Amino acid sequence: MKFSLRIWRQPSADAEGRMVTYVLDDISEDASFLEMLDVLNEQLIAEGEDPVAFDHDCREGICGACSLVIDGQPHGPQAATTTCQLHMRKFKDGDLIDIEPWRAGAFPVVRDLVVDRTAFDRIIQAGGYISAPTGTAPEAHSVPVPKQDADAAFTAAACIGCGACVAACPNGSGMLFMAAKVAHLGLMPQGQPERHTRVLGMVAEHDASGFGGCTNAGECSAACPKEIGLDVIGQLNRDFRKAAVRAA
Amino acid sequence: MNQASEFFTVGEAVADAKAPAGPIAERWEQRRFSGRLVNPSNRRKLRVIVVGTGLAGASAAATLGELGYRVSNYCFQDSPRRAHSIAAQGGINAAKNYRNDGDSVHRLFYDTVKGGDFRSRESNVHRLAEVSTEIIDQCVAQGVPFAREYGGLLDNRSFGGAQVSRTFYARGQTGQQLLLGAYQALERQVGAGAVELHTRHEMLELVVVEGKARGIVVRDMVTGDISTEMADAVVLATGGYGNVFFLSTNAKGCNVTASWRAHRQGAYFANPCYTQIHPTCIPQSGEHQSKLTLMSESLRNDGRVWVPKERGDDREPADIPEADRDYYLERRYPAFGNLVPRDIASRAAKAVCDEGRGVGPGGLGVYLDFADAIGRLGEPAVKAKYGNLFDMYERITGENPYERPMRIYPAVHYTMGGLWVDYDLSSNIPGLFVTGEANFSDHGANRLGASALMQGLSDGYFVLPNTISDYLADGPFEPVPDTHEEVVAARKAVDERIAFFLGNDGDRTVDSFHRELGKIMWEYCGMERSEEGLTKAIGLVRDLKDEFWKRVKVTGKAEELNQQLEKAGRVADFFELAELMCIDALHRTESCGGHFRAESQTDDGEAKRDDENFSYVAAWEYATEAPVLHREALEFEYVKPTQRSYK
Amino acid sequence: MQPRKAAPPKPQSRLRSSIGLKIVMAVSGILLVGFIIAHMAGNLHVFEGREEMNAYAHGLRTFGEPLLPHESLLWVMRIGLIAAVAAHIWSAIVLTHRAIHARPVRYASKKPAKGESRHAVATMRWGAVVIVLFVIWHLLDLTWRTVNPVKDVPDAYGAVVATFDPSRWPVTVFYLLALVALGFHLRHGVWSAVQTIAGPNTAWRGRTQAIALGLAVIVVAGFAIVPLAVTFGLVS
Ligand SMILES: Cc1cc2nc3c(=O)[nH]c(=O)nc-3n(C[C@H](O)[C@H](O)[C@H](O)COP(=O)(O)OP(=O)(O)OC[C@H]3O[C@@H](n4cnc5c(N)ncnc54)[C@H](O)[C@@H]3O)c2cc1C
Ligand code: HEM
Ligand code: HEM
Ligand code: SF4
Ligand code: F3S
Ligand code: FES
Repeated sequence: MKFSLRIWRQPSADAEGRMVTYVLDDISEDASFLEMLDVLNEQLIAEGEDPVAFDHDCREGICGACSLVIDGQPHGPQAATTTCQLHMRKFKDGDLIDIEPWRAGAFPVVRDLVVDRTAFDRIIQAGGYISAPTGTAPEAHSVPVPKQDADAAFTAAACIGCGACVAACPNGSGMLFMAAKVAHLGLMPQGQPERHTRVLGMVAEHDASGFGGCTNAGECSAACPKEIGLDVIGQLNRDFRKAAVRAA
Repeated sequence: MNQASEFFTVGEAVADAKAPAGPIAERWEQRRFSGRLVNPSNRRKLRVIVVGTGLAGASAAATLGELGYRVSNYCFQDSPRRAHSIAAQGGINAAKNYRNDGDSVHRLFYDTVKGGDFRSRESNVHRLAEVSTEIIDQCVAQGVPFAREYGGLLDNRSFGGAQVSRTFYARGQTGQQLLLGAYQALERQVGAGAVELHTRHEMLELVVVEGKARGIVVRDMVTGDISTEMADAVVLATGGYGNVFFLSTNAKGCNVTASWRAHRQGAYFANPCYTQIHPTCIPQSGEHQSKLTLMSESLRNDGRVWVPKERGDDREPADIPEADRDYYLERRYPAFGNLVPRDIASRAAKAVCDEGRGVGPGGLGVYLDFADAIGRLGEPAVKAKYGNLFDMYERITGENPYERPMRIYPAVHYTMGGLWVDYDLSSNIPGLFVTGEANFSDHGANRLGASALMQGLSDGYFVLPNTISDYLADGPFEPVPDTHEEVVAARKAVDERIAFFLGNDGDRTVDSFHRELGKIMWEYCGMERSEEGLTKAIGLVRDLKDEFWKRVKVTGKAEELNQQLEKAGRVADFFELAELMCIDALHRTESCGGHFRAESQTDDGEAKRDDENFSYVAAWEYATEAPVLHREALEFEYVKPTQRSYK
Repeated sequence: MQPRKAAPPKPQSRLRSSIGLKIVMAVSGILLVGFIIAHMAGNLHVFEGREEMNAYAHGLRTFGEPLLPHESLLWVMRIGLIAAVAAHIWSAIVLTHRAIHARPVRYASKKPAKGESRHAVATMRWGAVVIVLFVIWHLLDLTWRTVNPVKDVPDAYGAVVATFDPSRWPVTVFYLLALVALGFHLRHGVWSAVQTIAGPNTAWRGRTQAIALGLAVIVVAGFAIVPLAVTFGLVS
C-alpha cells in the first residue's frame, strides 16, 4: 500500500513545529500503524534525516505509551483500539494521513509526536492510591467485595493512562482519567477511608496542572481505547460534591 | 563439554554464603531474624537507588520509602506505570488454598521446583511460596480489583497445567492491576517526598567504588544530560532480556543494558541461556513485524491444535477434512493433549513446521481451532470466555477466529537467566541487589505460568526490604566525590560510547542489526540448540558485532531526545549478551526446561536432563578474553529430581 | 523528566475548582431553565387576547399587594434571575478561559466529533453569545421598550404585537435565530446539568438526552409560535 503522511515535526520543546509531508510506498496491509512509522524511520535514517520520535513500548494496547492523533482522532479511527493496535488495512491505498501529537497545555510536546504526560502521575500522587504500607494488610478474605462492585471497579481500573481522553476533549480536560481512578478506588471497601480527601486532592492537582474543566462533551469516552464510560465522571462529581460539603 | 573450552574458562565454585540451613520451612524466618536492622532514625541518612519501576522495582521503591530510606527511582518510560509488567495477562499464584483442593505452601514449593526442571534453589523457592500469601493480602489492601465470586470472595483458576486452583487474576490484565497497585503505592511515597522519581532516565553504567556498588550513571533521555547518582546501595529491577531475539512478546523497550553494565563491572550473569518460549503467540506476518503478541495460554483449554497431514497442503482450513488433519499434541501426548507445558507445546509446533506442514505465511504457524468448542458450547459461550482475545486476534491479523481457526506460533516470552544473586538478593558485588526478572531468580530452567508476577512482588515487597537492611546496617558509607577516579571512569565510558555512535560514519540502521541478530539467535539459540548450531552462532554473532561497530548509523545529537541513540546502546549490549547466551547453551550439553539440546533427548524426542554433570547454576564472570564459569551446586533435600513426563 | 512532586492537596477554593464551577453552571442553568419554561408558558397568554395577557403581566407586578410592595414578586424573580445569570456567565467565562489555556495549540486536522453530545462545545459557547446579545436586545425591546414602538408599559400585549409586526421582520428573524441557539443550548445544557448533578448511568444518560432534546424542541416551539402568530396575523 502507498500512503502520504503529514506528520508534526518539532525538534524540541521550545522549537517551532510544523506539518511535514512524506510519501511511503510498499507498506503491508498487515503492518500496524507503528510498524508503518518504523518503515518510514528506516527510510529517513537512510536518507540521513532525523527519524520521527514517537512514544511506544508494549505495542499490544496495554502500557498506554503510544499516543498519536491520526486524522484528528486520538488513536485513530478504529473504536476501542490504541494506535499500536491499529493496522494499515483500516486505511485505503493512497490515503493522506495526518499524524499529530496529543495537544494539551498540560501535556507539552517534548519532541515530534512525544509529549510529557507526567501531569497524570502528579494527579495520582495527590491521592490516587489507597494507603496500605507493605506488611500491614489483613488477610485478603477478611473483607468480601460484592462481585458487581469488583467488576465495576475493574472496568474503571482498566484505564491505561494514555491521555487520549485529554487529547480528544475540546476543553483539554483530564476528567475521564481522574474519574476512572476515583471510581475504581471509591468502589472498593478498602478505598472508603480516603474517599473524600482523595477526590479533593486529585481535583486540586488536576486543575493546578492546567487541564481544562469538563463540560460533558463526551469526546473523551468516545476516544478512550479502553471504553471507560462517562459514568465515572458522574461518580467523580458526586464524590467531589460530598467531599466539598463535608470539608466546608 | 563440561570443561573449559576455547570459549570460556572455569573459575572457583560459588557458594551462596547467606543461604540458611535447617528445616526449609524455617529458613526465611531465621534469616530475617539473623539479619541486622537499621535504626529508623538512621534510615533517613541512607540513600538507595532503585532502577526499574516494574512489579519488582515499584514495590521495592515504595516499601523502602515507607521504611524511611531515601530512595531514588528510575525508569526509561515516561511513567512508572508503563513498565513491562503491565502486559502480564494470566495471573499470579499464591498458596492460599482458598479452594480447599489440597494446596499448601509446600505444594507450591514442590510444583515450582519440579516445574523449573530441578535447576533452582530449594531455599529460594520455598521462601517464594511462603511469601505468596502475603502478596495477595497486600494487593487486596491496595484495592487491586481481583476477580471475585458472587459471595464476594476471591476467585481462583488453575493455570499452566497446575492440578490446584491457585491462580489469582483480574480478567486478562492481572499484571496491569498488580502494577497499578504498586505504582500507586510508589506515587504515594513520591507525593510524601520519600521517593524521588526520575522517569525518562536510562541507567547506562554502574559505579563500583572500592568493591562496593555506589551509584549509577544515567542519561536524561529528554535533555541528554549525563549525571552520576551516588547512593549507599543500588537495586536493579530492570526486567528481562528476551528482546535479544528482536521478536518477542516483550515490550519494545525491554533491554539488558543495566544488567549487562553491572556484569561488565563484575557481577555474575547466571544461566543466560534459559529462555522461555511461549507456544500461543500470533505468528509473524512479514518483515515489518516489530514484536509478537501473546494469546493467553487459557485458549488451549478449548482450542484444538492441528496442522495438515501432508506437506504443502495449502487448502483453506475449512476445506481440509478431518482425515487429512493431524492433531499432533493429542496424538503425541494423549494424557495432557493440548494442555502440555509451554516448552513441550512449543517444540512440538516447531517440529511440525520444520517438517514443512506449518500453515500461514512462511509456513510458520499451526492452527488453534475453536470449531469444536463453538459446536459444543455455542458461539455466545465461547465469546463470553475469550471474546477480548478473539477481538485482539482479529485486530492484528484481520481474520475472524470464529470462522477460521487461529494461527499461532511459539515466541520468546521470558528469560529465566539473569544476574546472579545470593539468598539475600545481593549480587556478588556488595551493595548491588537485583530483583524480579533481572535476577536469575527462583524459576530454574523453566518458569511456570503465573509465577513471575509472584516472584517480582515477593522480591520487592517482602524479601529485599528485609535483606537489604543487613547490608545497610554498615552504612552510611563514606561519601564518594564526583572526582573519584571510578566515578570519572564510569562517566567517561558513557560519554565515549555516545560520542562513538554519533560520530560513526555508518550506513546501516540499528534496527537492521538488531533484526539480524535476532534471526541468528532464534535460529541457533532458540527452541532447539545443538553444538554445531551454537558454535556457528557464536561466529555469526561476533562477525555481526564487528560489523555493527563499523557500520552502525545513528542520526541526531546527544543533547536531545534521540531514540536511535537509545536503541544503539541497547543493541550493543545485546550483542555481548547473545554471545554469552550461546556459550552458556553450548556448555550445558543437557536439555532442561526451556533449554533443549538436540543431542540430549530421550528416544521419543523429550528433553533429557543430566543431573550428574549439570545440577548447578552457571554463574558467568565477565572477562575480556573469555568468560569465566563459576558453578554453584544445587542440592535437593526436599524434592528429589525426577524426569518430567506428560505422556 | 522528573515529575514535579504533587504538593499535598492544596486548600483549593472548592467553588473555583473545575468541578465546583461545573456545579455552579449546572445549578444556575437549571434555574434559568425554570425561568425559561415559566416565561414560555406566560407568553402563551398572548393567544387569550390583550386583556388576559396584560392582566397576567399586571398580576405579576401586583402580586401580594398591598401586603407586599409593588413588583415584589417580579423583583424577587429578577434578583434570582440576575444572580443565576451572573453565576452562569461567570462560570462559563472561567471555564472557557481555562479550556483555551488547556489547548494552546490546535490540531491541524479537523476531527469528526463523535462524543455523546456532538458539537456541544461550539454550539454552547457561540450559542451563549447569541443568547446574551438577544437578551440585551430583548430587554431594550420588551421590558424597557427603548426600541419598541409601544412605550406604554402596562400594554405588554401591544408591545409584543408591535415588535413582531411584519414590517419589522428582521426583528422576528433575530428572535427566531436566538431561539435556535437556545434550543441547542438546552439540548446539551439540560442533560449536561443532570449529568453533573446526578451522574446518571449509561441507560439513564440516553434517556436524559432524549428528555433534553424534547424539552429543547418544546421550548423553541412554544416561544417561536408567538412571533410567528403575530407575523402571520393570527394575533393582532
Ligand atoms: C505478554 C506477557 C505476559 C505475561 N504474563 C504473565 C503472567 O500471566 N503471569 C506471570 O507471572 N508472569 C507473566 N509474564 C512475565 C512477567 O510479566 C514479567 O516477568 C515481570 O512482570 C517482570 O517484572 P520486573 O519488575 O522484573 O520487570 P519489568 O516490568 O520489565 O520492569 C523493568 C523496569 O526497569 C526499567 N529499566 C530497564 N532498563 C533500564 C535502564 N537501563 N535504565 C533505567 N530503567 C530501566 C524499565 O523502565 C522498567 O521500569 C508475562 C510476560 C509477558 C511478556
Ligand atoms: C420570542 C419569544 C419571546 C417573547 C414574545 C417574549 C416576551 C417578553 C415580554 C413581553 C417581556 C416583558 C414582560 C414584562 O415586562 O412584563 C419579556 C421579558 C423578558 N424576557 Fe422574554 N420573550 C421571549 C423570549 C425570551 C427568551 C428566549 C428569553 C431568554 C433567553 C427571554 C428573556 C426575558 C427576560 C430576561 C425578560 C425580563 C424579565 C423581567 O423583567 O424580569 N425572553 N419577554
Ligand atoms: C445568558 C447567556 C448564557 C451563557 C453565556 C451561557 C453559557 C453557558 C455555557 C458556556 C455553558 C457550558 C457549556 C457546556 O456545558 O458545554 C452553559 C451550560 C448550561 N446552560 Fe447556559 N448560557 C446562557 C444562558 C442560558 C440560559 C438562558 C439557560 C436556560 C435556559 C442556560 C442553561 C444552561 C444549562 C442547563 C447548562 C448546563 C450546565 C452544565 O454543563 O452542567 N444557559 N451555558
Ligand atoms: S480514560 Fe481512557 S483515554 Fe483516558 S487515559 Fe485512561 S485509557 Fe486513556
Ligand atoms: S470530552 Fe471533555 S468535556 Fe468532559 S465529558 Fe469528556 S472531559
Ligand atoms: S504501545 Fe503500549 S499501548 Fe500502544
